[in-house]
Amino acid sequence: MMIDDSQRDSMFELFIFETRQLLEELEQELLQCEKTNQIEGSIDAVFRIMHTIKGSAALMQYRNISELAHAVEDLFFILREDKPQQLNTPQIIDLVLGAVDFIKDQIACAESKQAVDGDASSLIATLHQYVAQLKAGDEPVKEQNVMKETDNPGPEAPGYEAVIHFEPGCGFEDVQSFALINDFKQYATAIRTVPESFIDDEDGIHLIKSQGLKLTFQSDLDMEQLKTVLEKNAFVKEVVLTCIEDEGKQTVKSKPIIDLDGEIPQPVAEKETKETRVSEPKTKQSNGEAGVKQSLISVNVNKLDLLLDLVGELVISEAMVTRHPELDGLPLDNFYKAARQLRKITHELQDLVMSIRMVPLAATFQKMHRIVRDMSRKLGKEVRLNVVGEETEVDKNIIEHISDPLMHLIRNAMDHGIETAEERRSKNKPEYGTVTLEAKNAGSDVLIEIRDDGRGLNRERILEKAKRLGLLTKDESELSDRDVFGFILLPGFSTKEEVTEFSGRGVGMDVVVKEINEIGGAVLIDSTPDVGTVFTLKIPLTLAIIDGITVRVGKSQYSIPTTSIRESFQMKAEDLITDPDGNEMIMIRGECYPVLRLHQLFNVHTEVTRIDQGVVTMVESNGKGLCLFVDELLGEQQVVVKALPKYIKKVKGIAGCTLLGDGSISLILDIPGLIQMMTA
Amino acid sequence: MAEILDKDIEMEEEDTQKGKYLTFVVGNEVYGIEIRYVTEIIGIQAITEVPELPVYIKGIINLRGKIIPVMDVRLRFGKEPKEYNDRTCVVVVDIGEISIGLIVDSVSEVLTIPDEDIVPPPQLNKAQNRYIKAIGKVGNEVSLLLDCEKLLNDDEVAVLSEI
Repeated sequence: MMIDDSQRDSMFELFIFETRQLLEELEQELLQCEKTNQIEGSIDAVFRIMHTIKGSAALMQYRNISELAHAVEDLFFILREDKPQQLNTPQIIDLVLGAVDFIKDQIACAESKQAVDGDASSLIATLHQYVAQLKAGDEPVKEQNVMKETDNPGPEAPGYEAVIHFEPGCGFEDVQSFALINDFKQYATAIRTVPESFIDDEDGIHLIKSQGLKLTFQSDLDMEQLKTVLEKNAFVKEVVLTCIEDEGKQTVKSKPIIDLDGEIPQPVAEKETKETRVSEPKTKQSNGEAGVKQSLISVNVNKLDLLLDLVGELVISEAMVTRHPELDGLPLDNFYKAARQLRKITHELQDLVMSIRMVPLAATFQKMHRIVRDMSRKLGKEVRLNVVGEETEVDKNIIEHISDPLMHLIRNAMDHGIETAEERRSKNKPEYGTVTLEAKNAGSDVLIEIRDDGRGLNRERILEKAKRLGLLTKDESELSDRDVFGFILLPGFSTKEEVTEFSGRGVGMDVVVKEINEIGGAVLIDSTPDVGTVFTLKIPLTLAIIDGITVRVGKSQYSIPTTSIRESFQMKAEDLITDPDGNEMIMIRGECYPVLRLHQLFNVHTEVTRIDQGVVTMVESNGKGLCLFVDELLGEQQVVVKALPKYIKKVKGIAGCTLLGDGSISLILDIPGLIQMMTA
Repeated sequence: MAEILDKDIEMEEEDTQKGKYLTFVVGNEVYGIEIRYVTEIIGIQAITEVPELPVYIKGIINLRGKIIPVMDVRLRFGKEPKEYNDRTCVVVVDIGEISIGLIVDSVSEVLTIPDEDIVPPPQLNKAQNRYIKAIGKVGNEVSLLLDCEKLLNDDEVAVLSEI
């Protein structure tokens, strides 16, 4: 078999990506069912998803996944076909979620290039058992179902002939055929193929390519159903189905699902549904699926990053051309007109590229429903998750970093925050706890709040623990609530005496802080006893582009994120206060701020050393202020943030660098870092 | 000479870049660097200083939108600094995942130095030739072949990252 690596790699990537998406969709569907306690509406969706997963897993040769998916599919087949009356919806949902978890695990293994060899047999056995139960409980069901289960259908089962054409150039037709036939075995019996052998058989493959795969079989399903089943397989372009028994040689020729160019699948819904209208409604689902208009494409993030880089360069080159020093003073009206047009378009392009990278938080928030559900069960606390503002968009890079912290904070809130039902009753609270997940825009930041209505943080207990760990540097009475709550963010700090499965090991809160800090965000805590605790994650909208004020120190240029600047002013020499250690500070509106001379910090030679010659810029982060002394302000502009080259590693006080309009490089100041350095 | 040519063709079948060295001058010496590391050679350009770096890392430059650090090879070898002029070049090398520009006095040529003309450096106790992997004979002259990995990843850099 000739499968070259790149082909396999891209297939693998697609498999992982698609299966992930399907699993997420499935989870949502199930949780919805659970809320309404009605599974009927979702049967088709679950069936379809499991079927797709089964097919693609089989193609990727992950037997355990495909077998498990098959078992789930069996269950839903019965639910769909026979509509048993007494359904135990929660049990079904548990079973399927169990399967979802298993597949997720296996996919994670596959992705990290580990062996995909988890044992699904117990899950499959449970599923089969339940299927058997259903059949036993529903006598007529059993009879109808015998056909499907037995290997020998009655002699009255009609015979069919199908010729299946694969898409040209889809690659390894032998595997496709094998997968198709394997899948088809559940619907039909006495399957014979022409050519008979094709695995590793060049002639056979050639025959399939040129004339299609010919199948003769017997089945109880009618033509339309069979056609649907066959068409569902990957890369099938066309199915020609003929009934052998039928004298009239009734032929149902299907419309190609995908057009010959291999472009985005054209919507074929109209024609398809017209054809299937005669059949039962249950087959519509799968046909409708093929007809869903493809308006989304998935793109590799690396390509987007590259595109962003290129557009960043384009913006710079545009400025280099239109503001070229040689153009100075020339009467070039028409040139400037054209240049303005160019500038407008490049900026529009830049905005667009930025917006491509913005992803709504919805998907991340949706995942939390599952966490809350599982935790609720295991902790025996009823908790409702309330999601607000899930349409808020943040940069793709940031999304990846907030999923784990959110998960952790929610677990924490449920485990430590929310009280048991009895406790809540005694406090006159509703028996069920509420965790609210809210996202909102605040300037160039996004605030994500995780709010619970539990018991709140216990200041005394935290203080006591902090004392024991030797974290107290000030007197207790001097510490504000926020300072005290801040202790729980430190590594190894957990006030919970016993460790549960989910939280309480003291690893975690510090990880949350680390993750959030990594993307330039901050964690704030507020808590009121018996009212609840609010964790606020303040994260930047995007990492890639910021508004910055460019300042000059000597010959060097630095950019300061505009959001962290409070004000800029010139100060008089007599306002400067110097303490005995040589630390300079300034009093502004009754508050004292340290003064940091950038030329001293970065050891840059400059003429401007007297405090009244330059400009003082006050910056703040996390409620702390700092005055930076620079030579002059050069202006404000949007800058594309780039990381410092790896080789240089980390430089204190520098967050990254950016390219200015004239192609020169400006260093972006790390304001939180500087403030921490000065005040710690 | 014919022998060298034969050899050359033979090697070309293996790898066109094998045995080829870009030579450049720093001070009075000619140094060679394996051509497979070199991505391009550019003239000296505006360098942005970055604080807290060792003296031989002059800062960062903008290479068509890509930001790379530049190292003054003179200073790296502990020689006296010299004003940059028209002859000064930046040799951009890709070593592993790191792109870095090497500032050299001038670039000479690309040479093929067959393996038999390359000898290991003498074993000195002084640390001076720690960046020299081997010495290549080119006609009557010698070229000091640089060990790029060491040039970049020496102890000093490790110390630097701990700052």
